[in-house]
Formats: sequence, C-alpha cells, structure tokens
Amino acid sequence: MTPVIEVGDLSFAYESGSPILENVDFTIEEGQSGCIVGPNGGGKSTLLKLLLGLLQPDAGRIRLFGAPPRDSRRLVGYMPQYHQLDAAFPVTALEVALMGCIKPGFFPFYSRRDKETALAALEELGIADLASRSFADLSGGQRQRVLIARALACHPRLLLLDEPTANIDPGAEEQFYATLAVLRKRMTVLTVSHDLGFVNRETDVIICVNRKVSVHRAENFTAETADAVYHHEMNFIKHDHACFCKCGGSCHE
Amino acid sequence: MSEMIRELFSPELVFLRYALLIGLLASPVLGVVGTLVVTRRISSLAGASAHAALGGVGLALFLQRVCLLSWCTPTVGAVAGALLAALVVGIVSLTAKEREDTVIAVVWALGMSIGLLFLERTPGYVDWQGYLFGNILLLSENDIKMTLVLDAAVLLPLFLFYPSVLAMSFDSTFAELRGIKVPVIYLVLLALTACTIVLLLNVVGIILVIALLTLPAATAGCFTRHLWSMMALSTVLSWLFVTCGLLSSFYYRLPSGPAIVVLAGAVYLAALGFSKWKGKRR
Repeated sequence: MTPVIEVGDLSFAYESGSPILENVDFTIEEGQSGCIVGPNGGGKSTLLKLLLGLLQPDAGRIRLFGAPPRDSRRLVGYMPQYHQLDAAFPVTALEVALMGCIKPGFFPFYSRRDKETALAALEELGIADLASRSFADLSGGQRQRVLIARALACHPRLLLLDEPTANIDPGAEEQFYATLAVLRKRMTVLTVSHDLGFVNRETDVIICVNRKVSVHRAENFTAETADAVYHHEMNFIKHDHACFCKCGGSCHE
Repeated sequence: MSEMIRELFSPELVFLRYALLIGLLASPVLGVVGTLVVTRRISSLAGASAHAALGGVGLALFLQRVCLLSWCTPTVGAVAGALLAALVVGIVSLTAKEREDTVIAVVWALGMSIGLLFLERTPGYVDWQGYLFGNILLLSENDIKMTLVLDAAVLLPLFLFYPSVLAMSFDSTFAELRGIKVPVIYLVLLALTACTIVLLLNVVGIILVIALLTLPAATAGCFTRHLWSMMALSTVLSWLFVTCGLLSSFYYRLPSGPAIVVLAGAVYLAALGFSKWKGKRR
C-alpha cells in the first residue's frame, strides 16, 4: 500500500541561510497519525510548508499518496493557526467552512451539496449552531473548530493541523482531543505542536524536528520516557535540547 | 429647494451634473474595490499607486506638449503610472524578496517626484493642484464613459468569481492549496484598484482618493458580517458621501475633495464609536 507521507533525504535552506532541515527521512503509513514536535525555530513550520508544497525542497523527495505535494493537494485538509487570519474579516462560520468545498475555475459557486457538506462538518465539530455567526465574534477555540470544519469539508485523507492547541482555553482543548480521537479513525491526522502533553494522547508516531528529524513510536515514547518528559516539562520550555536528548532521538546535536 | 434643483439643471453647471453622475456611477466600483482594499489591507499599496499616477500625468503632459504626441493625454499617463506602480508592488509582495513597505514608500515618493519634475519642465500652464486635490471642472463626458467601462470591468468578474475572491481575501494560503489562482486574482484586483484611483483623480485628487476608497468600506465594515453585504453598504455610503459632499461644496463654496472626505471621515468615526459602544454593552 502506498504510504500517506514519504520523505526521503530531504534538505532545505532559505535563501542565503544555514540549513533548516537536513537529511530528513520518514514515512507515515495509512491509518497512522503523527505529531510533529520540536523547539521554535527548529523547522516544524518549514516541514509543514514543504509537505503542503508551498516550499520546494533543495534536495530529496516528498511524496503524499505517491505523488508530489502539489499534485496531491486535493487529498489534504489544512488548518492554519487562527490568529494568522484577519480577526475582523466580514465572513460567517458557514461561509468559512464552505471554502473547503471551493472549486477552481470559472463560475465557482457552491451547490446545495456543498452546503450540506459544510454544515455536516460544522455539526461534527459541535458548532452547527454557530453557522450564521460572524467569524469575528467567535472565541479562539470556536474559530479553531470552524477552521477544522473547513479542512474536513475538503474530504481529506490527510489532515494537517498547525498548532491546534495553541492559544485556546483548557476546556476547548479537552473538546479538541475528543474530536481528534474520532477523526484519526477515519484519516491520517498530522499535528504540529509545541505541547508535549499533546504527544501522548492521540498519536501513533512522534516526529521530532530540530534541523534533523527522528521518528518515534508513541507507545515506546510513553513507556520509556513519560516520566522524563513530564518531569522535564519545565526543561522543555527552558532547554528544548535537553528534552529531545532524553527522548532518545537523534534530533539532538 | 426648488431653486436648488433649478440651479442644478442650469447650463452653466454641466460640470456639477457630471460630477454627481460620476459619483453615482462610480459608487459600485468604490464599494467593491474599497471593500477588497480594506479587507486585504492594501490601502498603502493603493496610496503608492495613486501617487505614481502623478508621475504618469507629468510624463504624459510633457510628451504631449514637448514631443507633440497628441494621444499622450494626462489620463493615459495616469493609468499607465498607477498600473505600473500597482503591479510592481504587487509582484514584490507576491514573491516577498524585498521588504514590502519599503518598496511601497519608494514607489510612492518616486512617482510623485517624477511627476512634479516633468510638470515643472512642461511649457504652458499646468493645474497641478487640480491633480492633487481634485478639480471637477475638468470632468467631461469621457469620464462618464470610462466609469461605465470600469463598472463592467469590476462587477462582472466579481459576480463570476465571488467565492474565489472571498476565499482569497480571507485566507490566501488555503485558497492556493485548493487550486485557486491566487496571484492572478490578486494582480487583477490591483489593476482594478489602479483604474479606480485614476477615475477618481478629477473628483477628489491624488491625495484624497485613498480616503474615498477606504472610508465608506471601513464604515460599512462596522455593521456587516458578509463580504458582499459590506460591498453593498459601502456602495450606498460612497454614493451618499460623494453626492452630499459635492452639493455642500457647491452651496458653501468649498473645494469638493476635502468636503467629501471630511464628511466620510466624520461618519466613519461616528460609526466606529457606535460599534465599540455597542460591543461593550453586549
């Protein structure tokens, strides 16, 4: 079976800069879900952009469902961080979710089926009652859910979530985990997170990114290092490297 | 009142009728383009484009009078200057190799300076203040035809591509990932913005055109929760501001551009205050 994500010998540097990612190799199989963790500036966002085909690798190859990222985009649902978007934009929750159904080309209007798809996605995330509310009036957690609904309306086989637990309140975070537990049964979910607690909950593999990349099975990660990780959570904030070396990864320099 | 209406139809006031008619016909363009400029946050880019239009005007007048190129009218020059500036800044912002705000500032100042230098060396009388602050005496039937063309050029594509325009304005990365040709739509938007600016030069002038483009949309933004309704309300407000501003400038002998903009600005500030007050009470 074709793996969902296949990255081989990938290297990337921004123009006239030191390399951000070096010799990255990993594979995500169908049915697996993963979590990308690592320190700020370690290359998490760059890896995400490469997977989305927004950046081109300097060397190596990326395949999503056996094809280059630009050709398999229709199979990918992407959720950006909500605070990257204009909070005052005049648009309703339903209109945002509908964007997941958008078709390129001439006369791209939404059909009745598109509207049903978007509403069902909002329903699944428990926010169908907010459909006609203005996006600007929603809380952070609610906006995050609307953006996940938009990604789900694409009918993705791979869902990429960028920092889904950043800047939302703890109650909303709990709800989010529950949603994720349901979603990962249906599709591959890849989450970017700086929150290590997130790692052990709803993921099969942990992808540690700090210029180099190492991949760990979540159950091993938990068994061997749960104590260390939680014990060193403060360390994680202060010294990212300390944490990664304890997790046994080669991501540590 | 009846005297006012009679005066409006007197033959000497043909320029005022032109200005009022252009105000009416241009408001859909102002509403649509203004809304997109405000929500995409490209008003400084539009400002650079407006000031670069003066560069085009100066060069065109110079060529017309010194090199005797009769087709090289100020309008042709203004369109060329504004379009060139908008596309230069737009391409820079798409490729993001330079600091965008620096490029905007350079195009803004350079366009204006080139215009003033050429106007200085152009023989004969040139009403450069008219370009800066607007001069409705310069309006002609041609401006009305241009306005109609621009109405069609803005409203037709908007109607055909509204979901793409909405998706691109809200989140251009996501739109691109779903296969929308974001750079194309963005550059078309910039080109239409440049044309709108040139169209309004004679009504309010280079310096005030950005205010007229953004204030109705910003006011509408306080009360709407859809992009299309913001465009619609902004169209109505644009028409009200231009019409009331022109009439008051005529009856109180004020310059038309500042009269329109002060009115629009006052209404915007009131709307902003009202929506903040309402937000607090909720």
